[in-house]
Amino acid sequence: MQYAILCYNDENAVASWTKEEDDACMARLAKVQGDMAAKGKMGPVARLLPTTSATTLRKSATGSMVIDGPFAETKEQFLGFYVVEADTLDEAIAFAKDLAVANPGIGAYELRPVSLFFPHTITAGSGAT
Amino acid sequence: MTDNAWIGAALAAARPQAVSALLRYFRQLDTAEEAFQEACLRAIRTWPDKGPPRDPIAWLIFVGRNSGVDAIRKSRRNVALPPEDLLSDLDDAEADMAERLDGEHYRDDILRLLFICCHPDLPANQQIALALRIVAGVPTAQIARAFLVRETAMEQRITRAKARIAANDTPFDPPDAVARQERLGTVALMLYLVFNEGYSRGHADPAAAQLCDEAIRLTRLLLQLFPAEPEIMGLCALMLLQHSRSPARTDANGQIVLLDAQDRTMWSRPMIAEGLALVDKALRHGTPGAYQVQAAIAAQHARALRAEGTDWAAIDHLYQILEVIQPSPVITLNRAVAVSKSRGPAAALALIAPLADQLDNYFHFHGVRGGLLRQLGNAAAARIAFNRAIALANSPAEAAHIRTHLDALSAPALPDPTAAAK
Repeated sequence: MQYAILCYNDENAVASWTKEEDDACMARLAKVQGDMAAKGKMGPVARLLPTTSATTLRKSATGSMVIDGPFAETKEQFLGFYVVEADTLDEAIAFAKDLAVANPGIGAYELRPVSLFFPHTITAGSGAT
Repeated sequence: MTDNAWIGAALAAARPQAVSALLRYFRQLDTAEEAFQEACLRAIRTWPDKGPPRDPIAWLIFVGRNSGVDAIRKSRRNVALPPEDLLSDLDDAEADMAERLDGEHYRDDILRLLFICCHPDLPANQQIALALRIVAGVPTAQIARAFLVRETAMEQRITRAKARIAANDTPFDPPDAVARQERLGTVALMLYLVFNEGYSRGHADPAAAQLCDEAIRLTRLLLQLFPAEPEIMGLCALMLLQHSRSPARTDANGQIVLLDAQDRTMWSRPMIAEGLALVDKALRHGTPGAYQVQAAIAAQHARALRAEGTDWAAIDHLYQILEVIQPSPVITLNRAVAVSKSRGPAAALALIAPLADQLDNYFHFHGVRGGLLRQLGNAAAARIAFNRAIALANSPAEAAHIRTHLDALSAPALPDPTAAAK
């Protein structure tokens, strides 16, 4: 069984950490990740940049619309995520639009730039199919 | 991070919202600040045992409001209380409190708090000091260090600035759309000044460099409140993209390293990623503004992994747009640097020739001009320009940098020995 672990916190509080506090926190997290990685149980890890840098592609029955800011709609739930390489926001939006077309119904994709990315590979377990 | 450090970070993050909401209740800056201080003290006493509240900001406003009212009652001075309707609901449950703190209120509260710091009667450095103290909560001693003055002097400066504000009518009515836009523009400029104060001196002074972090923090906050304002996106991006280069801007001896020569692997990649995303977001709106264009210029540098990969023609084009939005000889001078790279030094020299009178006392004008003359092989004229630049330098580091150009002039064999003797 694989689990996605989604991290929530007050981004304003996190942004007010000093560099030393942030570095210390990252070092402690790296230790925890390292222990899991040693067991072959660590998958990709991403730290996201603030919600102010987010763009949302909102789907509707008739098409999709690009809006500023993070996706905040409590009646829909976080169902998964992708990490892709895109030179520009437009390229990322084009990818999200393709996803939107491939995926039936309504919903939204939030596009957030990534701050840190560790592409560990899980070797233990059978994994999700 | 210890528990107490976590609480410190939570209080710092809550400060702008909490103080600005308390200001709306008490309509007096000192009372609002004291009420927030009192709420923080109670938070430090109770949060470690009880755990942090679900909504720390609502908690701080609620507790601060009660303690502020107590303080006013105890003082027994003839202080006019705020209108009854603002005080009547003091016993309300916290849930109701949180409900009242909707986004619309936060927006105008924080904008108001930032806006009163930008009072036109206050000189720019007092506006900056006030915003750092009141909105960002930076300790006075730290602001004093950043501005290279004694703490008592900074204390007096802030007290005087507050008195100036108190004497004026603070606009408490919710602003209409036009007034809100004007406030936003004024506040954006003040935040840009905070950033520049840090950026212009930060390479030599870590205390000043912290101003950049505070400016970015406040601009991100403003962007949370106004998430669809392309100029605020542009301002935030501009700060992030410039600040991303900070680790590479000075060498081990404290000497300035120019953009061309910087080790780009030292640039902060997360800041660049955030900045580029914001520039792209802003430009999609199709309403260019000065911050957006400046950010787009910074983005061109950020996208070039090596200095030789810089798209100077694109930068020249962006400066031309900026010249239209915000005509200024300094912008033309900056464009000349891009022109020299894309079309050669002669074209750049022709571009800045008409600026000679306006920028005669400007360090960078003579520095750029000297560099262009040197590229054209006119060592004698370059030497005069460089000497003029040294005389106008704003810091020893600037002067030292130009001196390296002067030394380089003497080094290679000159094509015409008589030219050097003139």
